[in-house]
Amino acid sequence: MTNPTKTPVAPGPAREPGPAQDQDGRQPAREPARIRRTLGAPLRSPGVTLSVLVLLLVLGWAVVPEWFTGRSPLTGTPGERFRPPGTEHLFGTDQLGRDIYARVVHGASLSLRATVAALLIALVGGVVLGLVAGFFGRWADAAIMRIVEIMLSVPPVLLSLTIITALGFGTGQVAIAIGVTSVAAFARVMRAEVLRVRTAPYVEAAILCGTRWWRILPRYILPAAIGPVLALAALDFGLVVLAISSLSFLGYGEPPPAPEWGALVAEGRNYLATSWWLTTLPSLTVTVVVLAANRLSRVLEAEGRNR
Amino acid sequence: MNTALYAVTRTLRALFVVWAAFTLTFAALRLLPGDPVALMLSGRGGFAGLTPEQIARTRAELGFDRPLITQYGSALADAVHGDFGASLQSGQPVSRMIADAIPSTLQIGGLALVLALVIGILIGVAANLTASPVLRQLLRSIPSFAVSLPSFWVGLILIQLLSFQWHLFPSLGNSGVQSLILPACTMAIPGCALVAQVLGKSLHTTLQEPYADTVRATGAGRARLLFGHGLRNAAIPAVTVVGLLVGSLIGGAVVVETVFSRPGMGRITQSAVSAQDLPVVQGVVVVAALAFAVVNLLIDLVYPVLDPRIRSTGQLVTT
Repeated sequence: MTNPTKTPVAPGPAREPGPAQDQDGRQPAREPARIRRTLGAPLRSPGVTLSVLVLLLVLGWAVVPEWFTGRSPLTGTPGERFRPPGTEHLFGTDQLGRDIYARVVHGASLSLRATVAALLIALVGGVVLGLVAGFFGRWADAAIMRIVEIMLSVPPVLLSLTIITALGFGTGQVAIAIGVTSVAAFARVMRAEVLRVRTAPYVEAAILCGTRWWRILPRYILPAAIGPVLALAALDFGLVVLAISSLSFLGYGEPPPAPEWGALVAEGRNYLATSWWLTTLPSLTVTVVVLAANRLSRVLEAEGRNR
Repeated sequence: MNTALYAVTRTLRALFVVWAAFTLTFAALRLLPGDPVALMLSGRGGFAGLTPEQIARTRAELGFDRPLITQYGSALADAVHGDFGASLQSGQPVSRMIADAIPSTLQIGGLALVLALVIGILIGVAANLTASPVLRQLLRSIPSFAVSLPSFWVGLILIQLLSFQWHLFPSLGNSGVQSLILPACTMAIPGCALVAQVLGKSLHTTLQEPYADTVRATGAGRARLLFGHGLRNAAIPAVTVVGLLVGSLIGGAVVVETVFSRPGMGRITQSAVSAQDLPVVQGVVVVAALAFAVVNLLIDLVYPVLDPRIRSTGQLVTT
């Protein structure tokens, strides 16, 4: 372990033997080699490369939509209604002459922001509940896990819809609904990890030293226990995109002129018989993004497990 | 563990879950920023033109002026008797609306459940039965592809191709057996992926256990090993998944019934949420939670029949 950055990129599962790398001190120094190894091998597969490109493209749409389309997503040209996809309008135009490609590009930021917000809510809520339940045990554990059990016992879509009924409509509300619905699953995984980490000798040593819980939790337990929860968040990304676009399709997102992906499909539904592109191309975008996210998260998960 | 005791504890747990779903929706819906009385009166011109006395009287009539705990108590007592109050939109009793909607949803839901199970099991078994690596890889990637499809799109594509272009099925509404097929197929796809994935994985694991080697050593072929021994051992996770499947179908009904403009529980839910119709939303959620709990209870009761190890210990054995 002289200069870890010079470790050759191992092509297979050939790994150096040693104790669990999460907990030993050398881990930070190995980071560059590990990242290269983690990202290097799978990138050689065309499917994964394609997935990365798709996600980067959509990220670009969300951050700087002007770079990808010069047209406005909200105002259309009355003379150019219902144009089929072509070189002029990549995804065609809708009943108001608005360019569908521009609407999809500008909609990316709404849909991605909602996805990230929902995942953050699920992560933070799940991590906090899981930490408290797993670390303190007894009645805190009993109470939290009972609530988690209740949340898991209502079909998830109905739980989200209940929250939306209470909060009202909009991208933010949809994100909160999906996020809160997912908290239970995250809390469960986090608690299991905390229970595992808690018994590690270094944590017991810290407790014996008289370290107080508000230092033990963030410094000793959180870093060692958060891995599987982060993996769950990555695995959930595609599902959350799907759930958010479904709720937006049902009409619970931003009000009409906003180009949310699900809402685009819902609007195009009225012209299903004549203008196939209004529903098909926005739906295809959602599908491709979900496929790419799922593919990538599975690769990351498999890599994480190998490590 | 005593079988009767096992059954009783599971039943109590199911009852607890339904009660909790009621309480959860009650709490969530009381957080509503809008005033339900204002919402209800808005159909008749809202508060405009009404004196404060009239508003207060309506509030008292509906019981919204009582302390929250009293409201909760009487709502719970009513719900136990199947009374969820009246819809804020139409004034119809919620229990009546739900009772009218359930048959239609049960039809497509039941058909979707059967489709998901049959096709899911076929894919899961075929992925472990085939000797061709290409075919196996293909069959294994079907589930992860299928879960990525938005069901509103699947429904719209089916309408577009099979109804509008080829005129094979009616596109919308509820008319006869033919109109069941497209919605049921749309609803079945995510569940089918779930079953195929779980069963495929579970079969794959169980076929690597030592007993499988023993069976192979006796000269049994792949099919004999799979159908004679593997399936029975892989059944527990697959049975667990039926519970999840029902949950996903209940949720799927909301989107699918909206896409196909079919009357049913999903449609009621969709329009009730759009109108923030609290009593209807609560009724639907509690009834769905009840259905979900009953299915999971049945599954819990089936485990000991399938796995003798649970019969003796009362808990799942994971190998």
